[in-house]
Amino acid sequence: MIPEMGQFALALAWALALVQAVLGLAGAARGSAGAMAAARRAALVQFAALVLAYACLTASFLRIDFSVLLVAEHSSTRTPWVYRLTGVWGNHEGSMLLWSLALAGWQAAVAAFSRTLTAAFRARVLGVLGAVSVGFLAFLILTSNPFERLVPVPVEGRDLNPLLQDPGMIIHPPLLYMGYVGMAVAFSFAIAALLSGRMDAAWARWSRPWTLVAWVFLTLGILVGSAWAYYELGWGGWWFWDPVENASLMPWLVGTALLHSLIVTEKRGAFRSWTVLLAIGAFSLSLLGTFLVRSGVITSVHAFATDPTRGVFILGLLALTVGVSLLLFAWRAPRLSGGGAFAPVSREGSLLVNNVLMAAAAGAVLLGTVYPLIIDALQGAKLSVGPPYFEKVFVPLMIPAVVLMALAPFLRWKRDVLSRVLRRVWPETIGALIIAALGVWAMDHVTVGAFLGIALTAWVVLASLRLLVDRLRQGAASGMTARLRGIPGSWWGMWLSHLGVGVFILGVTLVGALEQRLDVKMMPGQEAELAGYRFVLRGVSEVPGPNYTAQRGAVEVWREGRMLTVLAPEKRAYFRSAMPMTESAIDWGVFRDVYVSLGDPTGDGGWVVLLFYKPFISWIWFGAVLIALGGVAAALDRRYRRLARRTAAVSASEQSHEPVAEAVR
Amino acid sequence: MTARGKRLTLILAALALLGGATALVLSAMRENLVFFHTPSEVAEGKAPVGRTFRIGGMVAEGSLERLPDGVTVRFAVTDTAKTIPVVYRGALPDLFSEGKGAVAQGQLGPDGVFVASEVLAKHDENYMPVEAQHAVDQAQRAASTLEP
Repeated sequence: MIPEMGQFALALAWALALVQAVLGLAGAARGSAGAMAAARRAALVQFAALVLAYACLTASFLRIDFSVLLVAEHSSTRTPWVYRLTGVWGNHEGSMLLWSLALAGWQAAVAAFSRTLTAAFRARVLGVLGAVSVGFLAFLILTSNPFERLVPVPVEGRDLNPLLQDPGMIIHPPLLYMGYVGMAVAFSFAIAALLSGRMDAAWARWSRPWTLVAWVFLTLGILVGSAWAYYELGWGGWWFWDPVENASLMPWLVGTALLHSLIVTEKRGAFRSWTVLLAIGAFSLSLLGTFLVRSGVITSVHAFATDPTRGVFILGLLALTVGVSLLLFAWRAPRLSGGGAFAPVSREGSLLVNNVLMAAAAGAVLLGTVYPLIIDALQGAKLSVGPPYFEKVFVPLMIPAVVLMALAPFLRWKRDVLSRVLRRVWPETIGALIIAALGVWAMDHVTVGAFLGIALTAWVVLASLRLLVDRLRQGAASGMTARLRGIPGSWWGMWLSHLGVGVFILGVTLVGALEQRLDVKMMPGQEAELAGYRFVLRGVSEVPGPNYTAQRGAVEVWREGRMLTVLAPEKRAYFRSAMPMTESAIDWGVFRDVYVSLGDPTGDGGWVVLLFYKPFISWIWFGAVLIALGGVAAALDRRYRRLARRTAAVSASEQSHEPVAEAVR
Repeated sequence: MTARGKRLTLILAALALLGGATALVLSAMRENLVFFHTPSEVAEGKAPVGRTFRIGGMVAEGSLERLPDGVTVRFAVTDTAKTIPVVYRGALPDLFSEGKGAVAQGQLGPDGVFVASEVLAKHDENYMPVEAQHAVDQAQRAASTLEP
């Protein structure tokens, strides 16, 4: 019964999404308050229906109901309950259900927390989101039914893919999906602006906090995914330029451009059509990412066993979304022109360059990711684009972006003089170069890459400190705490995120320059040395797990005659699948990780052991966390809430369905 | 400068940036394309010597052996028609085993042995690498057209 209830809830959600789309869009066009209110309620009920559907699938997993095909294929009686819970999204159908649930969650959030929007605008946003929901729920119901029954009922299930039986997998997909799907909200705001033909500072203020929250989720999702790949795949790498990683990076880059473009739209009324285009782009790239993962067209660590009809369906959705949005854009965008004029050297100018660089980087990654597909379709030739391509293209585009990132906050709006700014930051510039020179000399690793990386980090950190000092000096309030408190959240957001980029670059640079790796055959009792650490393989013993048996090594790590720790890397054999699994062991540290993973047994009692020395790799994660924290700080900016109070007051007094831009100004 | 002149400067600067990016992309792309060849194509000498490419198919039964250093392995990749020997130094991915699909990336040595720098891991036991499937399909299609 439970699966059928889930199935019914799913169909109900689809119907509600359809109602929401039609009533939302038509109601806004005709100014029917009743229809618009109904669309809002439909969004809330749609969310409730999907929560129910999701709960039903989760219940089937927890009750180990093998009469449901999905449960039989992705769990077993011995799978720990946590991995039965996460097993719900450790497969194609369930993860699409989570995707739809996330989408409905965003819609419910828009419906519930958007008192600042006028009724008509909110109805349009919900209408567009409802239309997206209709597409995805149809995809789920028609091609990927998660509640399919299995007859006869097997006695034992096939267990969840061992790679996914990991704590990182508990949070990676939900975070990433919230980010992907959150871009749909930014997209709907843009489409609603095109439909209503009004897009002003108030619009940007409505749109930006939503976009920020989605972007924070996307950032954290990518971070967790990268960390998971680092410790779980057992090769010690943190980014492989795998098509699916690229699929999450592209919307992130375009989303980053969008956040910056929204600033200009809010403060100066410029870049409007560009902002709309970026919002469309960010969501389209999220859809493309879904297509790449789900269709199985690309050889990737994320590829599930696949079904071509699914790829065709998502490609259809993608084509429809992009096609309709661009048509609408071509028709309505000319009305959006205007905004304040500005000189090339100005805050606007620098943000424009940021946008061009981010978009170009996303374009280059897109080209490298889909090029093999295009060639395969056109010529039938199989080829792939190697990671060096991405590094060669991405890094040169990001260097000017980072230099500018630290400089831009010093620039004035409208027009500025470059020499004025340079006069202010020359000590920081010289300082960064000196630190970089000392750095490569101290590391005894003199390369252009290492020098540039350290110089960029030093430049970002020094310039950020300078920016903070300047900001505190110019404050009108007396007393340091009052001045600190006077700085708005969006300023702290910018400051933290930019600082995070600097920290991130240092991690990437130093781990790239100084990491060491040794693949070595070790007999029990033997030792190996790497980067000043001595590793002793004490032995390998068999250890039982809940749904696997592990060969667990005991590796002592010594440094300067002192034993630091004993690491326990494992090679697991899961019962239900023939699949062996490497579980690496890491001694985490702020300045270095020591990483050990077991390769294969050599047959004579020895093991191939992989030893890694990874300096500063944690700084990659620290940097990403800072970047995300910046997003949170900016989303919490007081002016978005102030806007909420003001608009609520205004719309209460006027009962107007028009945007309240002028009133807010 | 007039407003128009400024806008022109800005557009030209943006175009220059885009042009530079395009040039960068194209040159990097040309250097880093990794083509895929089936074992049959390699056996016919169609694969380039001294350039990195990918080879894929099934790991031949009974071909996996470990050299005395313990870290280097030899195996053979077959598309059921032709078989190419491969040598690889390092730990093999978890799902690597005889009779299963595999894709290796590396260069062809003068002795006809493929020196792999990377053996691709697949993360689902039911999943066959696209390229490996393609190689086997091609060889079998070729075989079926040869039969009377």
